[in-house]
Order: sequence, then C-alpha cells, then structure tokens
Amino acid sequence: MDKFNKLTGIAAPMPLVNIDTDMIIPKLFLKTIKRSGLGKNLFDEMRYNEDGSENPEFVLNKPAYRDTAILVAGDNFGCGSSREHAPWAIKDFGITCVISTSFADIFFSNCFKNGILPIILPQEQVDLLMKDAEKGANARMAVDLEAQEITTSDGDVIKFNVDSFKKQCLLEGLDDIGLTMKKSDSISKFETMSAANRPWV
Amino acid sequence: MTAPKTLYDKIWDAHVAHRDDDGTCLLYIDRHLVHEVTSPQAFEGLRMSGRKVHSPDKTIAVPDHNVPTTLDRVEGEVENEESRVQLEALDKNARDFGVHYYPVNDVRQGVVHIVGPEQGWTLPGMTVVCGDSHTATHGAFGSLAHGIGTSEVEHVLATQTLIQRKSKNMKVEITGKLMPGVTPKDVTMAVIAHTGTAGGTGHVIEYCGQVIRDMSMEGRMTVCNMAIEGGARAGLIAPDETTYKYVKGRPHAPKGDEWDMALAWWKTLYTDEDAHFDKVLVLKGEDIAPTVTWGTSPEDALPITATVPHPSDFKGGKVDAATRSLEYMGLEAGMKLTDIQIDTVFIGSCTNGRIEDFRAAAEILRGKKIKPGMRAMVVPGSGLVRLQAEAEGLDKVFLDAGFEWRLAGCSMCLAMNPDKLEPGERSASTSNRNFEGRQGRESRTHLVSPAMAAAAAITGHLTDVRDMI
Repeated sequence: MDKFNKLTGIAAPMPLVNIDTDMIIPKLFLKTIKRSGLGKNLFDEMRYNEDGSENPEFVLNKPAYRDTAILVAGDNFGCGSSREHAPWAIKDFGITCVISTSFADIFFSNCFKNGILPIILPQEQVDLLMKDAEKGANARMAVDLEAQEITTSDGDVIKFNVDSFKKQCLLEGLDDIGLTMKKSDSISKFETMSAANRPWV
Repeated sequence: MTAPKTLYDKIWDAHVAHRDDDGTCLLYIDRHLVHEVTSPQAFEGLRMSGRKVHSPDKTIAVPDHNVPTTLDRVEGEVENEESRVQLEALDKNARDFGVHYYPVNDVRQGVVHIVGPEQGWTLPGMTVVCGDSHTATHGAFGSLAHGIGTSEVEHVLATQTLIQRKSKNMKVEITGKLMPGVTPKDVTMAVIAHTGTAGGTGHVIEYCGQVIRDMSMEGRMTVCNMAIEGGARAGLIAPDETTYKYVKGRPHAPKGDEWDMALAWWKTLYTDEDAHFDKVLVLKGEDIAPTVTWGTSPEDALPITATVPHPSDFKGGKVDAATRSLEYMGLEAGMKLTDIQIDTVFIGSCTNGRIEDFRAAAEILRGKKIKPGMRAMVVPGSGLVRLQAEAEGLDKVFLDAGFEWRLAGCSMCLAMNPDKLEPGERSASTSNRNFEGRQGRESRTHLVSPAMAAAAAITGHLTDVRDMI
C-alpha cells in the first residue's frame, strides 16, 4: 500500500452534504476489473455535461482546482454503496486527503486501505478550512499525519485525531493481509474451538 | 455477575479471534458472499501475491449486478462488453478458487442477499460479509452482517477475518402494530426519516419491539436491508420462532444433532435486560404511514399524505442540498406528493424482491390494469422466488395488469445492466436508493413499498395505497 506522511497542496471546497458514492463514481464505471484509471470519471455526472464536455461550474474543472490534492467536504461524505471504486477514483485523480465533519463507515475504512487519509473535524474547524479552500490555487494547505496537524494557508494549525493502528499502517504503507497472516496461529486456534462449539458453521 | 450484553455484544464476543492492546480485533467471518462487481480486483490481488482462498467452503459467489433480466438471457450473450468481462471473471474466479457458485443459468441464481438466506447460508449468530453495503439484510436472522470494500474482500478471502474495532450500540424500537397498507418498507424508511442518513454512523442498529416481532423474515430482511441508508453498517434482529421456522430445512441449515446444538445457542442470542445502548429511537407502529421519498437522499422521506418541503424548512448544509434535490427532481415545494406523476414502476431488488413483496403488489393489482403508457416491471430476487410466484399464479396477475415478468437480478435498482431510466424519467421504485443518477443519468427515483408501487402503476402518480384496500 502507498504510504501517507506529509502532504502540501491545493484544497478544493465541496460543501454539499451527503455526497454519496454514486456521485463520486457512477455505477457505469464499476464494470472495470482493475483498480486504476478511474480518476477521469471522478464525480462524473457533476463534472461533465451530457455531451462529454466539461461543466465549467464544477469545482474541480476550475483552473484553480485542477491539481487538487485535498478535498474539504460537507457532512456524511461517502455515504451509500461500499464500492472501493470511490477511493480508487479519488486517489487516481490525485486527492489523498479528505476532510469532513463525518464520513460513512465503509468509505472511511476503504480510504485507509488505499493510502488516503480521511480526517474528521468539528463543524467550526471544517468551516474554517472550507473558507481557506475557497481561496483557490494560491492557498496551499499542509497535512502532517505524524504530527496530526493541518496548517492553513494563513498558518493556522488544527490538530486532528486518527486511530493509532490506521495511522501506523498509513505511515509505513503496511499490507493488512501480511499483518494478519502473522497472527495465523490465533486464527487456527479460533477455528479449532469453533469447529467444536459451532460445528454447523 | 457479568455485565448485561446487547445482541451485538454477544455475537461480537463470539467471533474475536485476536485482540490487540489498542482494541483492534481480528473478527472471524463465518460466511463471505461474493458478487461480480466488487470481487475481481480482490481475486487478482490473491493471484499476484500467490495466496489462496482460506475457506472456500465458507465463500459463496453469485452474479447479480450486471446480469440482464430479460427472458432471452440464457441464449443471448451479454451485449455490454465490460459487463460480460466482469461476469466471466467471476465465473473463472469461482471455479479457479473452488468456492460455492450459482452461475447465471442456475435456477438458484439471484440477488446475493436473497440467495444467501434462501439457501440457508445465513444463520443466526453468524458473521456475514459481502462487498456490498446491503449485506445489512442478513442481520434479520440475528447475524452480524455488513458491507466491506474490495481490499477487505481480499483480506477475508485470504484470512477469513477482518480487522475491526467494535461499533456502538443503537436501539430502534417499533412499538404496537402497523395499520393496514403499512409495510416493513414504510417502517424502515420512516426510521431513516427520523435518524437521517448519518444517524446510525458508527453504530450497529438492533431493531426490536412488537412490530418487528410480528414481522415475517421477509419483512425483517427489508427493514435490516436499509440500515445502511441510516448510516449503520449493520442492522440486527434477535432470532425467534419465526427465524427458526424459516431456517429449518434450508439446504445449508444444520440438521439432526447439529440443529439441536445450534438452536440451543441461538436461543441465547438476545439483548440482556439493562444492557447499554448508546442511542435509542422509539417509534409507534400506529404512527407510521405509507412513506415515499421526494428528494435524492433516503432521509428525504415523508408520509404519502404530505407535501414537498421547502428548502427553508431545513437547517445548515441541508438547505442547499434540498434546493439541489428539488431542482434535480423537477419538483415544486408545496405540491402534494400524490400529484407527482410517474412513468416507470420497478418492483424488485434486495430490499423488496422476495415472495411476500410480490404477494403484496399482486393483491393491489389483481383484476386491474396499469395506466396506458406506463413502463412497469417485476424482477424476482432469485430464480426460486420466480418459481414460487409462478406456482401461486402471481406472474399471471402481473402480466394481466401490464407488468413485465423478468428473470432474477439487481436490475433497475442500480442501472449497471440494461434495465435503467432515461434522463428525466421518473420511477416509483421498491429499491433502496434515490441518489442522483442511481437508476440512470438524470433519473428521478421515488422509493416506495411494493403495494405503493402497484398503486402508482395503476393511477400513474404517487398514490396512497390505503385508498385502494
């Protein structure tokens, strides 16, 4: 898995609440059997007109935000389907950090599996970052996972919380499956016990 | 004395294979359901790293999202190249890795969340996962069931476990009884209208109360199915006689001594008195009306007797979201919900594609015709549901009324197959999501119960089914 440590880049504002995974990547693009190449279809229905041309009003199409690396989003980001295509598309576009007041559970855990850092903050801090993001390309935000800090373009520092295990996995780019396989003795022991207690399983 | 436990606590405790000091656990997974959309990258990952499927006997694969539902699908090739590639990938992966598999031409094929319970794979007290958010459905059996992403699919395939932290407990109690014309779909939508789509985030919901006790397994599955629309990864209902009766005799249910042993354990699976819930919602069954959605989020649900709300009725970020929803849906604030004209009716999906749903719809349609010009389809949740409905003569009721009678699949719930809405078309749909673009680009979806869908098909607009019974 890709590591995440420090990131400095352009943050884009998407204040809309309840941005669902159908908006992030419409089902049309779930037919791939690969993980790559989905960035061009990120937010497809908002980003492109019916004839395939770009919708100039959509934030990521504006000149200031074409190289967005951080998304500051409205509440309940990533609700809906479990499709990991959503974080794949976000990552493929070049965004590796999403900030909101809350995330849907499955999307939240999918992010960590793909080197994306989702950050949950209280409303007033998200409001502050949203304002900062609205400044466009001249305002670069910095995210430091090790220190658990976001620094706005004005130099304001905001601390954030992150699960210690997930933090370690991101910092070191650890492979979950490899880690779990080191605990295969525990799994075998559980299976032996389960075969006796719940043989029908 | 040990502290009182919730049903969720009990199932969780029975599946922890390893616990780290920081509380991160390895949760053992009893059943892993797999479909074609979220699994190809996971199987590919196994191949790349030279790993095997840890427990092929606990892994069940069935294609559903992409499959055409037209009657000619057995002879015909799947026209869409990408869909065909994805279906072929599942076929190859299922055979290469030796997992249980119900291919498209197997009569038991259907929507994964309908096939699992039908075949007796889903049992009380189990942990069940699938790369699909509607895995919550299986919670109706008192099994801890939730959706996972593709990386986690690969993790479960390789290790039969998930890295998890425990969620919080939320109780949703529905007291009393439901009035005529009110169904489990209305219950689950009414709950989301109260909690919002993020109300259950970080929680596992246990549904309880007399209304839930009185429900069939089909109804309970409908309720748990939409737990995810309330933000909860999993919904749960404690098993009881209704559950045991449904499970007994299913192909993969335990038999003989094992049945007795299983039953003895299942009977301990309930929330202890005084167990702690972090959140509680209580609704009166009598207060729930037939419910429909007006907007583009499942929380935009109201009784059919209501009017379309005004953005100023909301607060915070929801004001802009409601404005956007009204524009997308082409609706005016203040108009009656029953004045919303529709052109398409879809009855099916993992929410409402079971036999009881079709009985309820057929009850309304018997001897009636759908409005001329209406496009209406019934898509069974599995090949076996289809056979059962035909044995009861329900297919004739639907066909006589003017509905299409299809083969099993996810169909118009998510428009990954040929069944979809054209831009601007408006449906009354028994599925679970009314998101922008869910049923096709610029599609407009109103979520309803099967009985309400049938009523709308007859009149051509959203209709209070209570006026027809």
